[in-house]
Amino acid sequence: MTDVTASGVPGEITTTDGVPLKTSLARATRRQRLQALVLVLPLLLFLLVAFVLPIGEMLFRSVYSPVGSNVLPNFSKVIQEWDGEDLPPESTFEVFVKDMRAARENNEIGKTVGNLATRINYEIPGSRGLFTRSARKLKNITEGPYKEALIGLDKRWENQHIWRTLQRVSHDYTISFYLAALDLKYDANNDIVRADPLYRIYVPIMFKTLWLSALITAICLVIAYPVSYLLATLPLRTSNLLMIMVLLPFWTSLLVRTTAWIAMLQTEGIVNDILVFTQIIPEGSRIQMVYNMTGTIVAMVHILLPFMILPLYSVMKTIPPYYMRAARSLGATGTYSFIKVYFPQTIPGIAAGTLLVFILAIGYYITPALVGGNDGLLISNLIADHIKKTLNWSLGAALGAILLAIVLVFYWLYNKLVGVDNLKFG
Amino acid sequence: MKKFLTASLSILALGAVSTAASAEGSITAVSWGGAYTKSQVKAYHEPFTAKTGIKINSVDYSGGIAEVKAQVEAGNVSWDIVDVELSDAVRGCDEGIFEKIDHSTLPAGADGKPAQEDFLPGTLHECAVANIVWSTIYAYDDTKIGDKKPTTMADFFDTKTWAGKRGLRKGPKPNLEFALIADGIAAKDVYAELAKPEAIDRAFAKLATIKGDVVWWEAGAQPPQLLADGEVLMTTAYNGRIFNAVAAENKPFVIVWDGQVWDIDLWAIPKGAPNKDKALQFLKFSTETEQLANQAKYIAYGPARLSSAPLVGKYEDGKIDMGPQMPTAPANLTNAVQNDFEWWADNQDALNERFNAWLAQ
Repeated sequence: MTDVTASGVPGEITTTDGVPLKTSLARATRRQRLQALVLVLPLLLFLLVAFVLPIGEMLFRSVYSPVGSNVLPNFSKVIQEWDGEDLPPESTFEVFVKDMRAARENNEIGKTVGNLATRINYEIPGSRGLFTRSARKLKNITEGPYKEALIGLDKRWENQHIWRTLQRVSHDYTISFYLAALDLKYDANNDIVRADPLYRIYVPIMFKTLWLSALITAICLVIAYPVSYLLATLPLRTSNLLMIMVLLPFWTSLLVRTTAWIAMLQTEGIVNDILVFTQIIPEGSRIQMVYNMTGTIVAMVHILLPFMILPLYSVMKTIPPYYMRAARSLGATGTYSFIKVYFPQTIPGIAAGTLLVFILAIGYYITPALVGGNDGLLISNLIADHIKKTLNWSLGAALGAILLAIVLVFYWLYNKLVGVDNLKFG
Repeated sequence: MKKFLTASLSILALGAVSTAASAEGSITAVSWGGAYTKSQVKAYHEPFTAKTGIKINSVDYSGGIAEVKAQVEAGNVSWDIVDVELSDAVRGCDEGIFEKIDHSTLPAGADGKPAQEDFLPGTLHECAVANIVWSTIYAYDDTKIGDKKPTTMADFFDTKTWAGKRGLRKGPKPNLEFALIADGIAAKDVYAELAKPEAIDRAFAKLATIKGDVVWWEAGAQPPQLLADGEVLMTTAYNGRIFNAVAAENKPFVIVWDGQVWDIDLWAIPKGAPNKDKALQFLKFSTETEQLANQAKYIAYGPARLSSAPLVGKYEDGKIDMGPQMPTAPANLTNAVQNDFEWWADNQDALNERFNAWLAQ
């Protein structure tokens, strides 16, 4: 006989049908939790598919590059036994020649000599042709000694650097893309060194991106603060009109706004025309305001401004006007009461606005691509280049991962300094 | 009953006809859009559909093999034939994402010469067949340049005599070639010179002399616009784009052919294309002598077949003689060089980085 109450501890509270209250409650909450889970399931799935998986894939791709073992399956094992001194033994050369020939004959997607050549060319610029050209001639090499035959095709096969790189590339996991993203590289002795100054690009651009984003955030804050104050304090009719002027551009397509700035700022554009017409500047010295850093800053400030105004406005709206009046009636000057009473209450809005604008600015892509021209490019433009043009997806992924890490560090710093609980997005 | 039979038979017959028509099917041809795609539609697509009944869906893209690569690697190919640059054809072929093409099956020229001899040297590739020759040149607006006209590549870099902005493609190719030609290297010797490491420093140094005056462009449609807006005094551009601005929009632009770097566009078939056989049929048809010569009616890009050259006539308005507008016209080739794919394939990753670093300085 199984009586539910019998198993219960004496003195335990039960419901009217004899089930212990604890079990009954657990059952009821479990059902609620299940319902909640079912309700958030679509969102969870969406986040998983659209966010977690791609980012995971990106992080994975930045370290996983199985080209070596895909293209040269046998060689990639044999080469590991080589001690890195002198040249690999004749037997290794034989495996190399046979693997290369097989790869060329099979011509399977992702496993061709071209794939390997591209990968090695990332490490040793200019070596691509060594692989593709030699592969075309390999069918003439039918018997040993393979080492001499290969070197006979191209003297560069004598170069230790090539074989050390091949040995490194034969591992499926690599940090070379992170090295490249940090302007570092392996030299001929497998030591990690800084890239030639003429070829250093990613670190300087990364710093420039951070610096420009900080500048844009600061300009946004300076412009947005008084506007938000007006929005929050003016009578409803005027403030509504102002609000529409803030929101209308916000609802306009990003591309339209960016191209509008090109029309405004170009040397034959509206701003220059007005300056020349009013004789502020002579015809011959029109100012270059677009296709450079100025263009990027102007257009990005304009586009990101609403992201500063809206959180600030929502915070200022909740500050009762009589606080300031109370401060004034207690004898504080206007400036003093603003600094001591009003400003501290707007800090959550400032925090939200700056965080939002800064993080958006770090990853901005279209606007700098269109108006950045010479020196207004940001790191996301380089990432896009690697994804779309050079097809070096792993390097793009490594740069993306570094960018993600920087954003997370800033978020953490922010949390320490301001406290994420204090954020108010409106 | 008899009536019913005839009726049902004719319905059956109708059905058979309509399935026959749809069995002709369609292929998806991908190209660069704008005036260029228009010229292909007129010269290739329309006659091909008229002849075979196969419809052609024209899709635009902005070049590069990223999309083809993504389609092929995912095993979900929707493009049947793609118009690619030589560099992309070779790279795509090396990486196994394009089908190989047997050159002996290509139709002979109108004069009976086999295809291998009829195509210009270097325009047939393992995985791709050339259709046109295009070129990067520089151009200026005749109404704004003043009395003294630039005639050489060196003049493009001469910002003392012709003060004003210059438009250049954002990237090292073919700006390094232009810089060396302007610095006194004969066009035909440029790649031999570039093999020396110090030549790259020399090219960047020459580019640095005008860096402050450069407006960088990326899409082919930009340079004519920059010229028309007066944003630049001279700009490098694709010759077909400048020609179209002159012929179709009456812009007063002048092309300087000295130091031109010419290149080819090719048809390639992605591996696993859904209608591979029809695509191949279209490839062969469109690169016949007559079709290539006809295309020159609509755009100033030269046919890749020798036998097409004598057939090149006038622009579609019936006035402009197209022969002298071609990059391959003898007068335009006096100081010219073909883009060396092999050299760029070896060096472009590193040079892109150096170029970007140089730009950001």
